[in-house]
Amino acid sequence: MRGQKELTVTKLNINGKSYELDLPAETPLLWALRDEIGLTGTKFGCGMALCGACTVHVDGQPVRACVTPISAVVNKRVVTIEAIGADKVGKAVQAAWTDLGVPQCGYCQAGQIMSATALLQQKPMPTDADIDSAMAGNICRCGTYGRIRAAIKQAAGEKGAAP
Amino acid sequence: MNAPLIITNVSRRTFLQGASAVSGLVLAVGYASALHATEAPKYGADAMPHGWSDNPLVFVAIGEDGIVSIVCHRSEMGQGVRTGMPMIVADELEADWARVRVVQAPGDEARYGNQDTDGSRSTRHFFMPMRRCGAAARQMLEAAAAARWQVPMGEVRAVNSEIVHSRTGRRLGYGALATVAARMPLPAAIAIRLKEPSQFRYIGTDKLRLVDAPDITVGKAQYGIDTRLPDMVYAVVARPQVFGGRLKSFDDSATLKVPGVLHVARIDPIPGPADFNPLGGVAVIARNSWAAMQGRKALRISWNDGSNASYDSPAYRAMLESAARKPGKVVRNDGNFSVAAAAAAKRINAEYYLPHLAHASMEPPVATARITEGKCEVWGCFQSPQGVRDLIAKRLGISSANVTVHVTLLGGGFGRKSMGDFGVEAALLSRALGGRPVKVLWTREDDLHHDYFHTVSVEHLEAGVDATGHPVAWLHRTVAPSIDSTFIKNATREASYELGMGVINVPFAVPNIRIENPEATAHTRIGWFRSVSNIPHAFAVQSFVAELAAAAGRDPKDFLLELIGPARVVTPQMLSDTFNDGESPERYPVDTGRLRGVVELAAKAAGWGRPQPKGHGLGIAAHYSFVSYVAAVVEVAVDAKGELNIPRVDIAIDCGATIYPDRVRAQMEGACVMGVSAALSGAITFKAGRVQQNNFHHYEVVRMPMAPREIRVHIIPGDYAKPLGGVGEPGVPPILPALCNAIFAATGKRIRQLPVGDQLKI
Repeated sequence: MRGQKELTVTKLNINGKSYELDLPAETPLLWALRDEIGLTGTKFGCGMALCGACTVHVDGQPVRACVTPISAVVNKRVVTIEAIGADKVGKAVQAAWTDLGVPQCGYCQAGQIMSATALLQQKPMPTDADIDSAMAGNICRCGTYGRIRAAIKQAAGEKGAAP
Repeated sequence: MNAPLIITNVSRRTFLQGASAVSGLVLAVGYASALHATEAPKYGADAMPHGWSDNPLVFVAIGEDGIVSIVCHRSEMGQGVRTGMPMIVADELEADWARVRVVQAPGDEARYGNQDTDGSRSTRHFFMPMRRCGAAARQMLEAAAAARWQVPMGEVRAVNSEIVHSRTGRRLGYGALATVAARMPLPAAIAIRLKEPSQFRYIGTDKLRLVDAPDITVGKAQYGIDTRLPDMVYAVVARPQVFGGRLKSFDDSATLKVPGVLHVARIDPIPGPADFNPLGGVAVIARNSWAAMQGRKALRISWNDGSNASYDSPAYRAMLESAARKPGKVVRNDGNFSVAAAAAAKRINAEYYLPHLAHASMEPPVATARITEGKCEVWGCFQSPQGVRDLIAKRLGISSANVTVHVTLLGGGFGRKSMGDFGVEAALLSRALGGRPVKVLWTREDDLHHDYFHTVSVEHLEAGVDATGHPVAWLHRTVAPSIDSTFIKNATREASYELGMGVINVPFAVPNIRIENPEATAHTRIGWFRSVSNIPHAFAVQSFVAELAAAAGRDPKDFLLELIGPARVVTPQMLSDTFNDGESPERYPVDTGRLRGVVELAAKAAGWGRPQPKGHGLGIAAHYSFVSYVAAVVEVAVDAKGELNIPRVDIAIDCGATIYPDRVRAQMEGACVMGVSAALSGAITFKAGRVQQNNFHHYEVVRMPMAPREIRVHIIPGDYAKPLGGVGEPGVPPILPALCNAIFAATGKRIRQLPVGDQLKI
């Protein structure tokens, strides 16, 4: 195989598990997750942090994985859509999404759920303005915004949602 | 007791292949399609390639564990078809939904009937076949139980996945009956007993959750981009930036030094019209997508741009305008426009411009292929899997029987994924790698640069109005490059399927109507975008109606109703419309009463005429498309700086009876947002033949803060005995003119070119 010399091993903590990746340090977390580790729940949409489809949590903060090099998350806790249900807020958000029939094609919804969960973890009872500002980075081309807003409010009202 | 058959948690390939080993309803094959209509001409599902099937032995399998597997043969791209279609079968089958599993069909139209998921046709064309399919399966189970108990058929009935003997109360589950049922003769068409609508368990209700929602919310749902195969590699392709461009030469020496890059391969274009063929170019294949993208950046390529390098959007617009101001081919001519216009009290003209749009589905085109012993297997987000299958077979020079196309979930489609070029790319690259599995990913830039674009158009309207302001003469010149140009060399006029989308088939009560279509040459690939030509046509017609209302000093809603005229049935022939959405003119004429109905419902629900705060305005528009009727009232608020927001939309639809009302609402909600995106910011422009928008910072789509804050959907109840209308697309067309009519009401500014962009900024 060509070009293998410049690879270095990067250790990552994803969803509580350790991974060692022999990839260039600048490789975006998104592609490490999807192509190398096989966690495909995190989606590609733009590659420029414009659409939010690739949102993951890094040490509890929502981050766009498509522009985050793996070198930037060494010694940090990365949580993806596959594991956010282990968090009670994440679980409430997922339940509200299903309950209100939020998804249409569903492709952007992993990113939406990760952004919404981060919002509710930080602000258990967000205002409409809080929701707008937290969710403005997540595009849904199917146009499910109204139901996303309603689902965030429903999840906020769930008993389990308060941290 | 036999061990229950395990048919969950296996790949759909194994299941379908293994179906012949399953002792269930799936055993037999080869149902004679005796029900197909034989009379010509054909309409509706009968007119689609491979028509339809209602064969329960194709669509239903029942395991001995009682699990009912129902095949969905249409592609799921957010419209809810993987829930809605199996729901119809399950209802007639009296299957307990908790024990239903949905199985996605591969591309195989000879088996399933037409799979081309577009044109808002899935439910409209398959409601009745799927009902018959479920009912036939139910009757086979009933027959099996009657035989087992040796009682008359009339004494048994199906209830929620069991057959009950009414006299004794004995019960047998579907699982216990499946093997025997599979040997029962298929009921003849005439013997199929459909439920009465009052007996529907699921149809017409919102009892069921979306089958894919749980997987979607935990990241397990499988889209085209999620396919992973052993030993798979990843590819991106450098394609000619100008349509029709050809590779002159390339240097891949830097590319091959990029870590993770494995190979570089050429894809040769095919001369002639675009069709669904790959554009050609240079593919970079790597161990992951990122490495492939880095490798592509390092390519040094020289192109021959070809004749489309002169494509320039402002110049092209000027050309369209010039064409629109001269007479063109007359495609409808009622009365005498020229005479009536000359005699009219007043003449009013307006011209509208709508730019190209890109689909920009959140999942870009992506497909994976592998070739083993002369057989090609492909996975992807395809709206037309049979089309992809045939394309690949042709390009690889093998039989379609040796191509299997698996349909994943589609991360949006909107018409882009009806074109299978990306599937062919994957197959060609796998062949170049000796059959190794390869996933071809389109980046967002690729998606925006190489879309099959929504057309660009100038719509020129003229009216002669009488002393009251009512039009007595109506001229509409529509000029736009046609989708036909993608398939036919030198096609320069709108096809019947474009003219029949809201320009020729305007059912207005105006005695003198002339519709003309001047020529326009395409310089890029033109394709179907959700709602297609209804978008420019409805924008122009419904904006112009509001302009005429304003000129007459009339209320726009009353004026629109007056123009629609009294409730009556207008045949497509009366409108010179040979398209009629492919539907029978007898079963699907235009019913102006239904068009009036949605206008009145939307207006009433919106509180039309309610006092508006300063800077607020209401706009109304209505449009008939995909044999459904939709009207919308949009409320806008425009502040002193010209910043716009949309507090509320009321949208009313009459699509006939509804199967899954919540998904009808969802489609209307989505249509409002997509319509607002197109109106406010949607524009793809060309310079030197190249698309100028690279990503979502250039091609802006609506985000949450700009989306309508409240969308109220109003559904006119329908009758299951009457033909159904489409749902996926008809919501979009009225949104753009209703929004711009609202802007006019709020600000007095008339928007005649889209997008609105910064036209309101002070």
